[in-house]
Amino acid sequence: MSGKLKIKGDPNDSIRGFLRHLLESGKIDGVFALGKTGKGLNYLLVTDKEKVDELYPLFPFMPENAANLLSRLTFSGPLPGKIAVVIKPCELRAFVELVKREQASRDNLVFISPVCGGVLDFVQYKNDALEKSVPGYMKSFAKRENAENIRPTCRACEYFIPINADITVIPAEEACEFYLNTDKAGEITKGAPGDLSDGELDEAAFEPLMGSRKAEKEKLFEELKLEDYGIKGLVEVFGKCLGCHGCMSVCPICYCALCAFESKDNEFTPPVFESELTKRGGLRVPPNTIFYHLGRITHMGISCVGCGMCSDVCPVDIPVSSIFLRSGDAVQKVFDYLPGKDIEEPVPLSTFIEDELTEVED
Amino acid sequence: MSDFEPKIMTFLCNWCSYAGADLAGVSRIQYPPNTRVIRVPCSGRVDPLFILKCLQDGYDGVLVSGCHPGDCHYISGNYVARRKFAVLKKALEFMGMEPDRVQFSWVSAGEGEKFSQVISKVTETVKALGPAKKLVKRIGR
Ligand code: SF4
Ligand code: SF4
Ligand code: SF4
Repeated sequence: MSGKLKIKGDPNDSIRGFLRHLLESGKIDGVFALGKTGKGLNYLLVTDKEKVDELYPLFPFMPENAANLLSRLTFSGPLPGKIAVVIKPCELRAFVELVKREQASRDNLVFISPVCGGVLDFVQYKNDALEKSVPGYMKSFAKRENAENIRPTCRACEYFIPINADITVIPAEEACEFYLNTDKAGEITKGAPGDLSDGELDEAAFEPLMGSRKAEKEKLFEELKLEDYGIKGLVEVFGKCLGCHGCMSVCPICYCALCAFESKDNEFTPPVFESELTKRGGLRVPPNTIFYHLGRITHMGISCVGCGMCSDVCPVDIPVSSIFLRSGDAVQKVFDYLPGKDIEEPVPLSTFIEDELTEVED
Repeated sequence: MSDFEPKIMTFLCNWCSYAGADLAGVSRIQYPPNTRVIRVPCSGRVDPLFILKCLQDGYDGVLVSGCHPGDCHYISGNYVARRKFAVLKKALEFMGMEPDRVQFSWVSAGEGEKFSQVISKVTETVKALGPAKKLVKRIGR
């Protein structure tokens, strides 16, 4: 299926009109998208078409990685009605990872995802964001350039064109284009307002943005110099870490109900302290900071989508997501794996090929 | 550093490699005394965290050994172990740790001789690398 629907209005207006129509016509039963609640911005699941006015589905913010929330909503089974889900490309990729890991269900969901200019630092979110920071952001996006104040991993994100979306949106000031990628999309858009025509997303038009993203990624990796860290570098970078485990709790990929690092296995009992102190003569408290971060890389680096949530919540500004993007990139290359690309492809650590990796054997 | 004797942690699977070590023992085959053995039900049980912990706690090298391809008691645990191992190796590389400090090898229950060769080889390799300092926190040093 291919086709293009053009709807007038600024990004949020135009998509609201579209979603309202879908609800009114009964093509869908609910919408999951960003919306304002008081002074905050959250993901909302609405079924009442009046409530669509409260939604800001194309706001360039990510208060939480939506994959996390969708996993909570669909963990024990698909949602009862058909839900249109408006999320960023990396959230969709993380969601696909969770489906593969049997933590979520894709049934009944129709995914709408924008070609993504990145998300602005959420800490800076103010209720007047729409008037203040968004116009500048939109201007840069219209020029297919990186905007200021987007997350560092967004600046370096090469996967800003959604993979696996039923509908891809190109947000623009005057009118938004909705590209219908699947039969599901074609089905629900029948009779929608706007101009329906033939047409496929012209990826080449985003070459300039792709170029700067690639260059930024290279720069980020170069500046990070992870390969030279050693314990000294690790201590330096993670020296400020409070051990709050915020980075883990917001990470869509860290879904374990009981994280290994929060289990009794890693509790420091008096005998452990005693043996550690005998060995080292001193100990950072809480201990195991670097162990936690390295451990997390080996556990979930293979599926890191570089969404940037972990850096965003870190209270002491450790560039967690840049470190994970870098190490994830290396680990993913071993298996030629792109997280969230193919829902049928098993996660590398849950499968194997008999004849492979002989170079790691002795 | 010529008198440096490395400490090497060895994870052996219950069904093949541990029995291989046993055979080496009853056959009185000699091998360096640098290893400490932890018996695991399957090489697939070895979480990369175990290996990190060993390195952080001052072991100079780690060996994981399981059944040969196709011989795993649990059918495929050793293949999955190999993948986890490959991931860990990458992560260590990044942190500036010499990848040769952690090794992975297949040893069957009948291979007492091979077991002793593997231990000798790993011990030599790690000896040549010198003491592991990259992940060992020593306050004030
Ligand atoms: S990481 Fe990529 S897809 Fe995710 S918000 Fe940033 S630019 Fe968008
Ligand atoms: S590690 Fe950080 S950047 Fe990677 S998926 Fe988790 S929250 Fe996102
Ligand atoms: S969010 Fe920051 S301070 Fe908290 S555990 Fe993660 S790195 Fe440490």
